[in-house]
Amino acid sequence: MAEAQPRTSSVSATDAAVDIIKMNKWYGDFHVLRDINLKVMNGERIVIAGPSGSGKSTMIRCINRLEEHQSGTIIVDGIELTNDLKKIDEVRREVGMVFQHFNLFPHLTILENCTLAPIWVRKMPKREAEEIAMHYLERVKIPEQANKYPGQLSGGQQQRVAIARSLCMSPKIMLFDEPTSALDPEMIKEVLDTMVSLAEEGMTMLCVTHEMGFARQVANRVIFMDQGQIVEENEPAAFFDNPQHERTKLFLSQILH
Amino acid sequence: MSTQEIGFVRADLLPPRPAPQRSGSAIGWIRANLLATPMDVVLTVLAVALLLWSVPGMLSWLFFEAVWSGENREACLTMAQGGVQPDSWNGACWAFVGDRFQQFMFGRYPIEERWRPILVTVMFIGLLAPILTPRLPYKGWNALALFVVFPILAFFLLHGGTFGLERVETPLWGGLMVTLILSFVGIAVSLPVGILLALGRKSDLPVIRLFCVTFIEVIRGVPLITVLFMANVMLPLFLPTGWTIDNFLRALVGVALFASAYMAEVVRGGLQAIPKGQYEGADSLGLSYWQKIRLIIMPQALKLVIPGIVNTFIGLFKDTSLVSIIGMFDLLGIVRLNFTDTDWITPVTPITGLIFAGFIFWLFCFGMSRYSAFMESHLETGHKR
Repeated sequence: MAEAQPRTSSVSATDAAVDIIKMNKWYGDFHVLRDINLKVMNGERIVIAGPSGSGKSTMIRCINRLEEHQSGTIIVDGIELTNDLKKIDEVRREVGMVFQHFNLFPHLTILENCTLAPIWVRKMPKREAEEIAMHYLERVKIPEQANKYPGQLSGGQQQRVAIARSLCMSPKIMLFDEPTSALDPEMIKEVLDTMVSLAEEGMTMLCVTHEMGFARQVANRVIFMDQGQIVEENEPAAFFDNPQHERTKLFLSQILH
Repeated sequence: MSTQEIGFVRADLLPPRPAPQRSGSAIGWIRANLLATPMDVVLTVLAVALLLWSVPGMLSWLFFEAVWSGENREACLTMAQGGVQPDSWNGACWAFVGDRFQQFMFGRYPIEERWRPILVTVMFIGLLAPILTPRLPYKGWNALALFVVFPILAFFLLHGGTFGLERVETPLWGGLMVTLILSFVGIAVSLPVGILLALGRKSDLPVIRLFCVTFIEVIRGVPLITVLFMANVMLPLFLPTGWTIDNFLRALVGVALFASAYMAEVVRGGLQAIPKGQYEGADSLGLSYWQKIRLIIMPQALKLVIPGIVNTFIGLFKDTSLVSIIGMFDLLGIVRLNFTDTDWITPVTPITGLIFAGFIFWLFCFGMSRYSAFMESHLETGHKR
């Protein structure tokens, strides 16, 4: 499985949400991502696992060009990512991202955090943006916090706001970069519940996470990365119960007690 | 497992209790803060002695012995010196300040035209007060009026030459008016230019970065006096013959550029304190570069460096007195000019004038300082925890 079958870009844009073909990235001389091939269909939910430093975060950050890839092709929602800033902005409008450290804007209220991008990027009238924001804040179950500042909320609440903030842009694809790693154990569940309900609605999701229970529950596919490569890729049941690669077995034995 | 011995299990949770009372009496406070240890007692006694020794003399010189009215220098001279005061007299000569007050404010601006700077001042206060009050609306229009419309109006009003107003050349301007104009323009120009320079210094484009770094380092590495001299003496050499630029305008440009370079470094300090996640959060939402800077990065960066910004403003305000070097008379310059006025030459005139000038400078600087402290607490959104 180490050498995934090479794909051509002949896939039509309608069914592939993300198509990564032979993508490589270096930090200076360090080869962080090596020949990544990954195709994610619309509505698919992918969980990416792997030891720290394996390039999982870097890979999903390439999908909305927070990181630049140096060779290969990334096509997101039918748009190929190049240096063209317009294309990058187009992709970012359709791709939501949730970060490990939330990255809420501390100088704006919760409501303002959620309405900022719809108003400025989608040119939505303020009132409409606020209605949508309140709708999503209700969905993540914190409408009563709308007028507080992020610094006044708990970690779990902040992460749910971050999810709502992304959803306000009605993205086609959601990226989750270790969304529960910075949370207290008591708060992990509330964030995972939000993500599960999102998955149930058919959102295309790519999640970097160590929550293997979540992976089992919602993922269509689990991808295991090590040393900048996709080492193994399988359905969750098969992935957890019958890992093929030695490195996968070692990893699973260490995180599943 | 059920037989395991557990040493201590709390049956119910403790209710919260009130904090211990602090002794409210004055004596208790003095004991705790001034007389707690023998060392404290010694320091307190010394401090009180110092105050007793210095304050009465100061008050008497400044107020009780001071001369408050008088026509000329005789009011502030002792009999031995040819005046009216007893020989042992020593006090401030506020009569001098009172007599020359108009000049300290307006310089040699023609007396019958002084309603013009007064009108400008009224307009300025009328526009500044609402923009400094956070809860008043229409900040955008207010800023437009203050930073675009007001300067143009003020220029035509003060300089004249059109609309039937008599022309008043800038060499006649002086006093606090010049100090305030230089500071206002310096502040209004240096903040936006400083922000652009700071962004340019962090730019990915090498040409822009090189330009900004060069500008900042050259201006910052040169004393303000040099910049002013260069603007005054060197600039005409480079201009085609027949071209002249107003002296005052040169000083304005010099002061504004100088302050911009300092401001750029202050703002850059703020930019560096913004976590990378804020940039990424904004990027991931699809905000453009300028939206990201304007809506996310700058509001936070500027808030962080309010003390540094106000520090630069205060420095700029006081540095304007250096223009007296190139033949202009700001507040300090015009006060010093009056020391040699034969009507008011007395031994106490210089010190009185300097105290007055210092007090006016202090008033403005202290005002800025208090306002910045207010803004800092006003903008606090609880994320510093």
